[in-house]
Amino acid sequence: MRSLSLRAPSAMPGFGISFGILMAVLSVVVLLPIAALLGRGLLIGPADLWDMVNSRRIGNALVLSFRAALVAALFNLVFGLALAWVLVRYEFWGKRVIDAAVDLPFALPTAVAGIALTTLYAPSGVFGQALAPFGIQVAYTELGIWTALIFVGLPFVVRTVQPVIAELDAEVEEVSATLGAGRAHTLRRVVLPTLTPALLTGFALALARSVGEYGSVIFIAGNIPNLTEIAPLLIVIRLEEYDYDAAAAIGIAMLFISFAMLLAINLIQIWSRRRIGLV
Amino acid sequence: MTDATLTHATPQGTSVTTEPRLFRWLLTGTVLALMAVLLFAPLLVVFVEALGDGIAVALQSLAMPDARSAILLTLTVAVIAVPLNAIAGIAAAWAITKFEFRGKAFLITLIDLPFSVSPVVAGLALVLLFGANSTFGAWLVANDMRIVFAFPGIVLATMFVTFPFVARELIPVMIEQGRAEEEAALTLGAGGWRVFLTVTLPNIRWALLYGVLLCNARAMGEFGAVAVISGKIRGETTTMPIMIEMLYNEYLSVAAFALAAVLALLALLTLVLKSLLEWRHAGLLAATRRH
Repeated sequence: MRSLSLRAPSAMPGFGISFGILMAVLSVVVLLPIAALLGRGLLIGPADLWDMVNSRRIGNALVLSFRAALVAALFNLVFGLALAWVLVRYEFWGKRVIDAAVDLPFALPTAVAGIALTTLYAPSGVFGQALAPFGIQVAYTELGIWTALIFVGLPFVVRTVQPVIAELDAEVEEVSATLGAGRAHTLRRVVLPTLTPALLTGFALALARSVGEYGSVIFIAGNIPNLTEIAPLLIVIRLEEYDYDAAAAIGIAMLFISFAMLLAINLIQIWSRRRIGLV
Repeated sequence: MTDATLTHATPQGTSVTTEPRLFRWLLTGTVLALMAVLLFAPLLVVFVEALGDGIAVALQSLAMPDARSAILLTLTVAVIAVPLNAIAGIAAAWAITKFEFRGKAFLITLIDLPFSVSPVVAGLALVLLFGANSTFGAWLVANDMRIVFAFPGIVLATMFVTFPFVARELIPVMIEQGRAEEEAALTLGAGGWRVFLTVTLPNIRWALLYGVLLCNARAMGEFGAVAVISGKIRGETTTMPIMIEMLYNEYLSVAAFALAAVLALLALLTLVLKSLLEWRHAGLLAATRRH
């Protein structure tokens, strides 16, 4: 009997209404639109879909979005680890403010970040002028896209690694030192392996966010087709031309990249739970 | 605890569980310098640009009809989208934490889905479902129900991108609190609604506020999804972030940055409230943020 029912018996009331509200809102807002996008893909057909995604401009945009997101996530992996370590282990004046400020990219609207970064890094901007003598131009090049994505993805690694560092057992590090390991050796061989799952999760989250980022990038990117034109922007351009098929093709390609990364995040978490019972 | 006693037992800078003092200074200095360049400089430049011609000019540009209608639209969208998502988030947390059913893990993945979908793809998906190009959308338009390029579309796009915030905050808290208190209230004869209002809600109120705060910040600042679905009809479907883009592209820098400064102030207020919640009520928020 029990194995036939989808839900285990419970004395709690309100399953029907809570499940009903959830599914109604989730369906209208998220699931049906995503289904409509995938449905459009079926109507176009896999062969045509592939041809469109494989075209020079769309292919370049997808590769650029992924490459820039990867560079930014790698930067944030290293910087996020350093920042989380400093915030947990060291004492300095203004630490609480710095800790709170880490979430600024979550709270600041992307369009605001976009125009602010562009103003700073444009040839006439403060940073733009400072970098010009070195022959570095950030705004309207791929460097600008990296800068925007670094800003957007900054909190992810910090916020996933920080609680794990806080819960590290100091005794383990002591034992390592007692056994004759230098500090650098302890950090590399004892501490870092414990942090790896959280680091990977934060990295994947930052990557997933950056691949689809639009608002902070389009102002600073220059948006030159094949060079600095990101995939989400190309969707907007195709939609403005009423080319719904091409827009849907790019959208579906991006959706699959997202699904792959979501799967990766889940696998990392299962792996880490088995390995050390963290996260 | 052991960490504290250890650092007291050994002189500062020579403990075996920390790095050499020079290394600590260098790392802290590098990290703070990068924070200044990457985070604080962009924030500062928003206010510098907004106030470049004086505060009177900035306020004047905020009083222009376009800016006023954008502010009003953004507030209206948030007032509708955030409570709807709060209700859906509470319902999601209740169904997921109080009952055992098949496919729960998959359902949680679906709830989290909007976080890994590009906002532009979200807007595109909504356009394909509700736009005049689809059968359903054509029927809606024929019956005078405009969703795409209109207010309802902006609300839907905002709800899409902010859907997970409340549920994601409530689920871990409600799992940790268990069902014992609710079960006791039920045994004592309280009805379902009474149990929820007098037992569950007081237990989750700070976590709920935290989720709503993050949901609201994102709702008011959403750009990509709204850019796609709003059609950017000036004075009608231009939210604050869309208006910022339009003004900026028209080289009306002060006006763009004045609106941006309003959103930046809102972001700062969000961070302050969020930090206050974390310091005062850490025990009642999701476990991952307790540090």
